[in-house]
Amino acid sequence: MNKMPEKILEVKNLKQHFGSIKAVDGISFDVYEGETLGLVGESGCGKSTTGRSIIRLYDITDGEIIFQGKDIHGKKSAKELKQFNKDMQMIFQDPYASLNPRMTAGEIISEGFDIHGMYKNKKERKEKIGTLLESVGLNREHANRYAHEFSGGQRQRIGIARALSLDPSFIIADEPISALDVSIQAQVVNLLRQLQKERGLTYLFIAHDLSMVKYISDRIAVMRRGQIVELGTADDIYNYPVHPYTKSLLSAIPLPDPISEATRTRIPYEHEEVGDDAKSHEVFPGHFVYGTDAQVKQWYKH
Amino acid sequence: MTQSNENLPKISKDKFTVVGGKHDQTDQLAAKSVSFWKEVRLRFMHNKLAIVGFFILIIVALMAIFVPWLSPYSYREQLGVYNAPPSASHWFGTDDLGRDIFVRAWMGARISLFIGITAAVIDLIIGVAWGSIAGLVGGRVDDIMMRIADVLTAVPYLLVVIILLVVLQPGLLPMIIALSITGWVNMARIVRGEVLSIKSREYVLAARTLGANTTHIIMKHLVPNALGAILVTMTLTIPSAIFTESFLSYLGLGVPQPMASWGTMASDGNNALDTAPWRLIFPAILISVTIFAFNAVGDGLRDALDPKLRK
Repeated sequence: MNKMPEKILEVKNLKQHFGSIKAVDGISFDVYEGETLGLVGESGCGKSTTGRSIIRLYDITDGEIIFQGKDIHGKKSAKELKQFNKDMQMIFQDPYASLNPRMTAGEIISEGFDIHGMYKNKKERKEKIGTLLESVGLNREHANRYAHEFSGGQRQRIGIARALSLDPSFIIADEPISALDVSIQAQVVNLLRQLQKERGLTYLFIAHDLSMVKYISDRIAVMRRGQIVELGTADDIYNYPVHPYTKSLLSAIPLPDPISEATRTRIPYEHEEVGDDAKSHEVFPGHFVYGTDAQVKQWYKH
Repeated sequence: MTQSNENLPKISKDKFTVVGGKHDQTDQLAAKSVSFWKEVRLRFMHNKLAIVGFFILIIVALMAIFVPWLSPYSYREQLGVYNAPPSASHWFGTDDLGRDIFVRAWMGARISLFIGITAAVIDLIIGVAWGSIAGLVGGRVDDIMMRIADVLTAVPYLLVVIILLVVLQPGLLPMIIALSITGWVNMARIVRGEVLSIKSREYVLAARTLGANTTHIIMKHLVPNALGAILVTMTLTIPSAIFTESFLSYLGLGVPQPMASWGTMASDGNNALDTAPWRLIFPAILISVTIFAFNAVGDGLRDALDPKLRK
């Protein structure tokens, strides 16, 4: 990975505070075209908030989000907003809450067409819905079924088809697999990879499961308490973690092997308070660690 | 430091055989497609009490429409037979002014049902508008709107109604105004709760990321999903309005003579309980049966709309 492709998204010093709660407290990262950036962290660390701020579901407190060269949180014309909605889409966590129970699969997938006045011709629309259903591995005939008639994995695929309906270039996947069975998780992740290959999509993949994130991501950002503590390529993060929190997370991944499990020791993480002098250090090219100078030096020695 | 797969025993690939997936089969949906409202109807039909209530309501409505129309007597006609017990010519007997109680009872059904349904519709309009604005806009607007509603419920309801009826002179319109002036609060609370819960669901967020405006979200997501709760509340508002109407009429604040409502008839009949008990019994039975029927239908609807609530 010597030559990085174009940046599709730049997040600069993003802050999102809800009252006194600092959900996201000054994070910066870039997403390159065609890659998958995994965003991991424990519950409540601000990873979903980051995703929702990027797609404008929340008004940000401070910072800059630049998507395809344009600041997306400034004043925008209706036309620019519509284009933004087409270019960036989201896949949601809960396959039960993310589909309206009063709508059929076809209505859910074509909701974007109504909003953007696309495919007014009935036959054309039906054809497009059918193609979308098939592209996520569902049957064309399922368009008239209601959400409750599908299984969790099938519902999640309807959610994916909805996100694809407007032909976006960038998709934020907000824990798309954490509510699914393990066997179905692999199915959905493989579908996402296949769609990425076919359509040249860029993903921001939010999850709390490092092993699954490693499988799908090119680069990984580890978040904790509203900060990105470590950011690097998936292999670097996995094989050469620097920040003690990343090490602790990695030590918690179980392996399906009783012999190695018997000897596996978890590394507890002890949080050290960092003051204002903490900043992002580039320890290898493209591998960033957040901390004070002394801390990073000490961690790196280990 | 890092976990790796090195110490896992190696299993050679040729120990596995690919049997092939059965994707075309797993993705078939076996059950017949049932829409939400069809399922609600099926569940409702399984509830015997609700079906009984439903048919009682149909019978009451049909009688209220046809009896005063087809009967040989009019509700205000004095027939010259006073306090006659029920007989073949006067099924429910006559009252102290010689009027046929059967006709008057079904005339009263018209008034009582009209008052009940109108009050419920007014509650619906004000309550849904008030509750959905409060829930959707939120923040300070929500606070102010809900405090106004709280103040209205904090004042004793009967006091408000009685003062209003005294000021406005008893009649049909003042009765409806009196019933509606505080009645909508309940509906507004329920709609606000529904809106608050629905607006943060992920499918609404998904619609927003697709670029949906507020009108789209209200029409496609909020209304269809809140409809069940609104319907149930409305069905349960009608009997309480009918009951309040009867009760206020009984206190002498009801529609003026010679008009009849179940409440005024029961009030009149009360004076002759020893000598002509049928004058009280028939309107009282009609009030009870109708209220029972509405409540049974309302409960049935609630269970049918939200089966999770049922134990």
